[in-house]
Amino acid sequence: MSAEAPARQRTMRRLEPAAIAGVMSREVANFRTYWRGTTFSSVLEPLVYLLAFGLGLSATLVDEVEGIPYIQFVGTGMVATAVIFSSALPSMFGTFVKHRFQNTYEAILAAPVDVEELVSAEMLWIAGRSAVYGCVPLIVTFFWGLDPAWGMLLVPIFAFVTALGFAGFGVAMAATVAKIDQFNYVTALFVTPLFLVAGTFFPINGLPEGVQVIAQANPLHQLVELVRGGAFGYEWVDLARFAFLLAFAIVTWRVAVARMKRRLID
Amino acid sequence: MAAIELSGVVKRFGAITAVDGLDLDVPEGICLGLLGPNGAGKSTTMRLLTGQAIADAGELRVLGYELPGQSKPARAEMGVVPQLDNLDVDVTVEDNLAVYARLYRVKDVGAAVDRCLDLARLRDRRRDAVDKLSGGMRRRLLLARGLVHEPRLVLLDEPTVGLDPQIRTELWTLIGDLKARGATILMSTHYIEEAERLADEVAVMHQGKIISRGRPADLIAEHAGRQTAEVYAPPQRLSELRTSAEAAGLRVRPAGPAIAIVGSERAADGGIPEDAVVRAATLEDVFVLLTGEEAE
Repeated sequence: MSAEAPARQRTMRRLEPAAIAGVMSREVANFRTYWRGTTFSSVLEPLVYLLAFGLGLSATLVDEVEGIPYIQFVGTGMVATAVIFSSALPSMFGTFVKHRFQNTYEAILAAPVDVEELVSAEMLWIAGRSAVYGCVPLIVTFFWGLDPAWGMLLVPIFAFVTALGFAGFGVAMAATVAKIDQFNYVTALFVTPLFLVAGTFFPINGLPEGVQVIAQANPLHQLVELVRGGAFGYEWVDLARFAFLLAFAIVTWRVAVARMKRRLID
Repeated sequence: MAAIELSGVVKRFGAITAVDGLDLDVPEGICLGLLGPNGAGKSTTMRLLTGQAIADAGELRVLGYELPGQSKPARAEMGVVPQLDNLDVDVTVEDNLAVYARLYRVKDVGAAVDRCLDLARLRDRRRDAVDKLSGGMRRRLLLARGLVHEPRLVLLDEPTVGLDPQIRTELWTLIGDLKARGATILMSTHYIEEAERLADEVAVMHQGKIISRGRPADLIAEHAGRQTAEVYAPPQRLSELRTSAEAAGLRVRPAGPAIAIVGSERAADGGIPEDAVVRAATLEDVFVLLTGEEAE
């Protein structure tokens, strides 16, 4: 049993921009139907933290931290909170729902799209969205005396790269858990500790030494430091911080692709 | 050239062998019905053809492309209509089509969307969200979405499963139109009537392999003869009739509350009870005889 090859055999490469754009166009079409709710929660949650901690504590307990007015210290740190909330959580739940309940990926993978392109598109879309949401706390903090600085123009890039990493983390988790309620473990074990030990609300150098070392491996902490660098002046070490975030994004991307291949291809 | 060529394909899930040495050729331009009971391996075969399952053994070639290595260009030239409705329900009809036109790298997305809207007879609903459509409209849209790039080969995976008779008839009309345009179709189904009406050839699949294949009329002639006699009676009498018919060399199958004596034209005088309902043999008779499963 053999067949001649078709006269005009197509060749298709890995990571084709057209495939990635196609998957992202599906996300855009869906986002147009729910952007109000998502934007409302993604903007409001960090603002509530900012106002509660920033205004609440600065009015009662803390004037300044490391020479920075406390509301500005928290406001710059809240960029990281906005990024993790708008990347890790939507990627976990969104990926799981699309795979398990909506059978969306089965339809997409029947088209000339492979798992690597699918995962890359999902991560890029979430990271792009998250980079926008992540800038909101910074902009709001302008109203509490934070002076605009040229260095802040890099914040969307830092937020994008960090969100890319957390989107990959979320996709990998979605491809690992068996039931949606197992995300409670992921949130309790990873998301909440990373959020709390990022240096958003207090400097990590006040923590026990062992925790400080762990906090250095927290991508959110590196993002917080980069945002504060953008607002108050960069240091050379910030290059290393950015390299760390890039590495985090690349590692979670590859893990997410591998996990999703196992989940989607029998 | 055959559009699909499978040779010795095996797919296992742990201890379960879903596809067991499957050999299948689908020539270009025909509609082949893959008929089998639930669990026969039809859906796994479809997943193998779309690269969403990787065979443990055997060779797969689709439209001249070797699978799984060249699955991606093969998928670019085939359309898939899934068993489950996986439309984006909050998105408009036209956006659902446009997204898949982009995924299939269609150059003129607008023209492709218009063509599919006409095909699905949904032009006046193009700006409605999918969740505002009736069940029949959604299935028509799902079918049109699989054809958005005018594929050379169409895989229909249980296209009318779970649908009411009216919607099923609508879908059959659309699939009939598709056949008339010369598309190659592989359609998995466990509905006998669907296979009989739409398929040029039927391959009966059971326990992961093809156990018989041919034109419906040829399969009926080969396995079931010309006539079938159905007898409705109390269980005790059915049991006696079954025993005597089998003793006379006839094949008997269960038919709900009755028994069906297949090939009843070959019975000796008096071999078929007078109260039997004699009818032409059908593909259902063939299916039940070959698979031992009740037909739907």
